[in-house]
Amino acid sequence: MRILIAGGRVIDPANRRDAVLNLLIEGGRIAEVASPGAHPAPAADRVLDARGKIVCPGFVDLHVHLREPGREDMETIATGTRAAARGGFTSVCCMANTSPVNDNQSVTDFIIDRARRDGVVNVFPIGAVTKGMKGEELAEIGELVGAGCIAISDDGKPVMNAELMRRALEYATLFGIPVIQHAEDEHLTGKGVMHEGKVSTELGFKGIPAASEAVIVARDILLAEMTGSHYHVAHVSTAEAVQLVREAKAKGTHVTCEVAPHHFALSDEAVMSFDTNAKMSPPLRSSRHVEGVKAGLRDGTIDAIATDHAPHVIQDKEVEFDYAANGIIGLETAFGLTITTLVEGGVLTLPQAVARLTSDPCRIFRLPKGTLSEGADADVTIVDPTREWVYDVRQSASKARNSPFNGWKLRGQVLATIVGGKVVWELPG
Amino acid sequence: MGLQKKDLLGIRDLTVEEIRLILDSAASMKEIASRDIKKVPALRGKTVINLFYEPSTRTRTSFEIAGKWLSADVINISTSTSSVAKGESLKDTGLTLQAMHPDVVVIRHAVPGAPHLLARLLKASIINAGDGAHEHPTQALLDLFTIRERRPALEGLQVAIVGDILHSRVARSNILAMQKMGMRVRVCGPPTLLPRYVESLGVEKFLRVEPAIADADVIMMLRIQRERMGAGLFPTLREYSKLFGLNADRLKMARPDVLIMHPGPINRGVEIAPEVADGPCSLILDQVENGLAIRMALLFLLAGGQAGNN
Repeated sequence: MRILIAGGRVIDPANRRDAVLNLLIEGGRIAEVASPGAHPAPAADRVLDARGKIVCPGFVDLHVHLREPGREDMETIATGTRAAARGGFTSVCCMANTSPVNDNQSVTDFIIDRARRDGVVNVFPIGAVTKGMKGEELAEIGELVGAGCIAISDDGKPVMNAELMRRALEYATLFGIPVIQHAEDEHLTGKGVMHEGKVSTELGFKGIPAASEAVIVARDILLAEMTGSHYHVAHVSTAEAVQLVREAKAKGTHVTCEVAPHHFALSDEAVMSFDTNAKMSPPLRSSRHVEGVKAGLRDGTIDAIATDHAPHVIQDKEVEFDYAANGIIGLETAFGLTITTLVEGGVLTLPQAVARLTSDPCRIFRLPKGTLSEGADADVTIVDPTREWVYDVRQSASKARNSPFNGWKLRGQVLATIVGGKVVWELPG
Repeated sequence: MGLQKKDLLGIRDLTVEEIRLILDSAASMKEIASRDIKKVPALRGKTVINLFYEPSTRTRTSFEIAGKWLSADVINISTSTSSVAKGESLKDTGLTLQAMHPDVVVIRHAVPGAPHLLARLLKASIINAGDGAHEHPTQALLDLFTIRERRPALEGLQVAIVGDILHSRVARSNILAMQKMGMRVRVCGPPTLLPRYVESLGVEKFLRVEPAIADADVIMMLRIQRERMGAGLFPTLREYSKLFGLNADRLKMARPDVLIMHPGPINRGVEIAPEVADGPCSLILDQVENGLAIRMALLFLLAGGQAGNN
């Protein structure tokens, strides 16, 4: 099977390429990237006309919850990876808070087998830091890595015990994998349900102070310095945490971080309507923090855009705000929100935005993806960054419907997603 | 003219004209309460359900009596005796009640926004009888009504609200209501019981009670809840009382004609000394009595009662 993607503007940050080029895919790999006029277009079984469109490496999401095994009523690897494909993602890294927790190689094996059988995009499992994510003793990290885990995290919960975090960071250096922290001080958060600020004051909700994130990031940076490990902050949401990462990077500490689209596209004002789809962990922050994460994206402090795709069943969201589950689905809206908020908003250029979704996450996690080099896996996404569309969550490929972006008009639409040379999503019409 | 809305969810949603309409209607309702036979047929054939997810004596009783004096059928549901104890969700409880065709559902709930959730699901009018630390609009309206009886021109009055502002829906609704009527509000309490961003509500913040009450026209004391002590928000009731309690000595620093209010239930000897609670400046029992008139007015205005029946 030979696929020719013809006449598109190829943005391939890993190779510093940004030009109108033809892309030939053969045998699941990138066979040739060549100027359209260089020689007669090679014969292909299928030609995708990409004139006026952007052709880039498939997006890579460092942070999703696929819920399988255990909560197949919320999402499965089959449905979650289809949502990924619609969103232009060709690789996703799935968090360990499944049931059972991905804290041993048999769970990792299951996820990888199931992804091979049911999935339509590449799935990279993330193992737990601690057994059962209980924060008490280290999981068998070596076996997890041996089975295919690419990082470790107790995401959903922080590793609160500083001594245990130190040991996890030290131990991880044995395998060269990042330790991903859900940075939140459980005591400062307490029973908080939203960002502590003007809005929580008006609504009478128990607030989560910005410091709840920053104190853990500050602590962990000191531990990362001490141990020489790779520390990665999941879903950074506050200006202070961004600043701490900025300073640590300047000192040469091996610290990286990601931001979720909802943390730059929404603020805590979204809670004013009591919409439980505005409830997440970390919470939507005030506009000062939204500006803080945008500044972090602009200057490269924030390495990656990662969705924290968190599917929930309807009955866990159609309840009182305090009792509602945390999180939203995000795979299908990530690109549109990136273009609408960051590129249209003048925060990032289009090639920078593509890099934050492709080459940058792969660079920091050392994943063999996110590039259109000849010989690389043919994971390719074709987008129209100017096209407007309306997100209709009822049409989602995810099992879940918990999105605050339902009905939003977004600019920037994914037209086709190709994984290993196979077209796994094409926008109809 | 009536109240052109389905629900009363908060003071935030009310205009000054709507507040005046409710207060004026309450004045005529208060007259009914003074009659020998306290019953008018205004809401005959209408059904009011009191759905209380938190314990309450005065608010629930007040709504019940108000409904009965207007001839509505009033049903009380408290969560310990209903299917809520079996784990039924608010949505399902609401839809089940809806199938019984109530005209008004009065809800008290520990979570901000719970009445708003119910209002989206039900055709019945929803009255918020307190949602967490968010709003308690009928309390604020009865407080305005009580102040207006003594000081007919509300505009320009200085109010000091003292106590646990952080957890108080009474404070939030009163701040909104008083500001809408042109009054000025101060809040006072230990820093641990004031929201960190309290000044964003447009109030002045005081950490000491003496300057806060010095030239106030109205002092509103809030109940201090024992369980906040366990959460480390203040050390002991004794120390709280010493620093923030309203006693006879402190009252001497206030204006002689100051109005003293408290939404109840009071902790005698903690936030308010017995001689102050029972003293000549105290309006605490007026507040309870006026609560009936305010709730009658709201039930009447929302349940679509016919003015001619009154």
